[in-house]
Amino acid sequence: MSDKRERDEISGTETTGHEWDGLKELDTPLPRWWLYVFYGSILISIVYWVLMPAWPLANGYTRGTLNWSDRANVAADVQSLRAARMPMFERLGQASAETIAADPELQEFARAAGESVFGDNCRTCHGAGGAGAPGYPVLADDVWIWGGTLADIEHTLRVGVRSTHPDTRMSQMPAFGRDGLLTPAQVSDVTEHVISISSARDRLAPDAGAAARGAIVYAEQCALCHGATGAGDRAQGAPSLADDVWLYGSERADIRSQIELGRGGVMPSWEARFDAGTLRALAYYVHELGGGEPDAPPPAAPATEASAPSQ
Amino acid sequence: MNKVTLIDRRDDDHGIDAQAVNSKEARALYKKREQIYPKLAYGFFRNLKWAAMAVLLGIYYVTPWLRWDRGEGRPDQAVLVDFEGRRFYFFFIELWPQEVYYITGLLILASLGIFLSSALFGRVWCGYACPQTVWTDLYIYVERAIEGDRNERMRLDKAPLSFSKATKKIAKHAIWIAIAAATGGAWVFYFGDAPTLVRELFTGTASAATYLFVGVLTFTTYALAGTMREQVCTFMCPWPRIQAAMIDKDALSVTYRLDRGEPRGPHKKGETWEGRGDCIDCRQCVAVCPQGIDIRDGDQLECINCALCIDACDDVMRKVGRPAGLIAYDSYANVKRREVGKATAYRLLRPRTILYGVLMAIVAVVMIYGLATRHTLDLNVIRDRSPPFVRLADGSVRNDYALKVINMTNVARRVSIQVAGLEGAHLQAPNLSADGQIFVTAQPDSVTNVRVHVIAPAATAPGSHDLSFEVRDLDTRESATSASAFLSGTRR
Repeated sequence: MSDKRERDEISGTETTGHEWDGLKELDTPLPRWWLYVFYGSILISIVYWVLMPAWPLANGYTRGTLNWSDRANVAADVQSLRAARMPMFERLGQASAETIAADPELQEFARAAGESVFGDNCRTCHGAGGAGAPGYPVLADDVWIWGGTLADIEHTLRVGVRSTHPDTRMSQMPAFGRDGLLTPAQVSDVTEHVISISSARDRLAPDAGAAARGAIVYAEQCALCHGATGAGDRAQGAPSLADDVWLYGSERADIRSQIELGRGGVMPSWEARFDAGTLRALAYYVHELGGGEPDAPPPAAPATEASAPSQ
Repeated sequence: MNKVTLIDRRDDDHGIDAQAVNSKEARALYKKREQIYPKLAYGFFRNLKWAAMAVLLGIYYVTPWLRWDRGEGRPDQAVLVDFEGRRFYFFFIELWPQEVYYITGLLILASLGIFLSSALFGRVWCGYACPQTVWTDLYIYVERAIEGDRNERMRLDKAPLSFSKATKKIAKHAIWIAIAAATGGAWVFYFGDAPTLVRELFTGTASAATYLFVGVLTFTTYALAGTMREQVCTFMCPWPRIQAAMIDKDALSVTYRLDRGEPRGPHKKGETWEGRGDCIDCRQCVAVCPQGIDIRDGDQLECINCALCIDACDDVMRKVGRPAGLIAYDSYANVKRREVGKATAYRLLRPRTILYGVLMAIVAVVMIYGLATRHTLDLNVIRDRSPPFVRLADGSVRNDYALKVINMTNVARRVSIQVAGLEGAHLQAPNLSADGQIFVTAQPDSVTNVRVHVIAPAATAPGSHDLSFEVRDLDTRESATSASAFLSGTRR
């Protein structure tokens, strides 16, 4: 290896002076424009250090003279977004069911706001779109334990079910089997009777004899809340037993197990957490999932159309 | 502007020492770009190019200012790409984003058009209509007006820096940048209301994106037309590589008729023309060439077929008293025919050109048909996926859908929505009509969202069922359908 730098004839460029078995390396200089861009970048970075947050320090970092902070910007953005939406939330909080039904703009807003709040707070238990889960009621269907009008739903949201709210909705299904109120045989008989009065009877084929025995026990123990025909009682939060919708599972063993254990879930009160507008939006969203019941008898005038504001 | 006289060395020598930049002798592994100093040509093709430039620049600058009344509250710009409003306006045509396939049709037409023009007349697009050619021509015009023609420009560049040289250079670049800014400035007018935008641009109130695009296009125009010029055609553009496949031996392109020109050589006044070709090797064709090449080397990828060498050569032929057309629009086949003594023949109708023409006609007819029968009402259906289905108290099954009713007209329309295709399935709504329809007002020129519920009987078998929605204008009876699915299943 020699250190003799020489000029390459073809390209007119100097070599590095290194040679490996006759191979020499061109020492092509960096293109001018590239160098200038490089120097320019260095200058810009120095300006950047002065203006913007740049260097980490032992406790903190250099703030820069522009006082730029992404965190503060996001906080300000969120604040301004809230402020921009506030009038709509206030309007919604004061609106009656009829007002909402007549105002497509309010409907669109309530549905969008409700969907967002539902996703953050309710979806964990009730599932996306109110699909429900065992022990957590389906909100998309037309079966309601505490009532399905807009006002009912909003009240349930405000006070919760078996929650810590002083006015909470409260019902308690006794654990007939576990607490020894009924013998296991009686529990089985009542199970057959319950199946026989529900729409599940075609599906699960109840034993007629057991159902007849169970009917006597049912009249004594269950009819007070669930009604003689199993229609349920929303005032007490007693679910209807006449349909084929079951909170804790729809097989015979599931139904028996609920009579045995008398489970009941807890729904928190959301009153302290949300303002009136948000609660109304949430209630509207749940109501509009498909199973909501009309608040008042439909007015004589033709109902407002299902049109929503355009995009 | 001084006209450089043709005879700039000796009386009887028309020559000029112009060398083709891509000549075989000058080719090397490492080669710096050679500055090209195109000389001004005079003649039919030069005038044609001036005319093409005026027309094309006129179209480019005037189009955004054309107005077209579309009614209250709607853009009145004839040609507008409205990204914000997601519309494309072209006079009486208004397209929505989902209809960009019309643009695809235009692009297919454009490619077929360039194929056809290439098969007929070679690279006419490159020579007359390509923005790179038009703007480069404009920039060379400015350069020539300030620094003079070829020889003066060459002298100026070789001269040491002086006050007058600096003045000329600064003036040239200033005008170039002004043209570039005007180019970029006009481009943004296609994407916003031109009168509003021009006011905003000059009062500094336009959006940052607008200034950015003006800036980027100013830079690219200045760089491509001012400093890079022929390099763009030779090294950046794919078309020169494709042209070989598009041009055949019968395509008319700018051709040096070597059957007539060779053997070439200097010719002194009074000498006989017997036993020699008409080419006097004056290199005027090279001097005027904006690509810096020698057309006598034959068809080559650098050649943009601008035909300025035809003008230059005809000029010389007239001066030496020989017929014009030593360089002319001609075909390779004709050169070969004359070499063997056959008559010249022009075959514009060939299988290739007929095929291109027929294809263009088909695409055009399909596009016109599509536009003429374009729907103004459309429906998109998005099925709710959670929950997949809902079992109701009476055992029946419900599915939920988000319907998007697309009304592409300027008036609100009353439409009905109905569902079909699944036994027993019906819509659920508070205002359902007796025959199971929902009536909705589709807002003008927008998408109206409608959430609908469909209920099917309890006996509906588990699994997926086909189902379709129909939306129908109550007045015009125009309708649109959209297929979707209905899911049912066992209870949990």
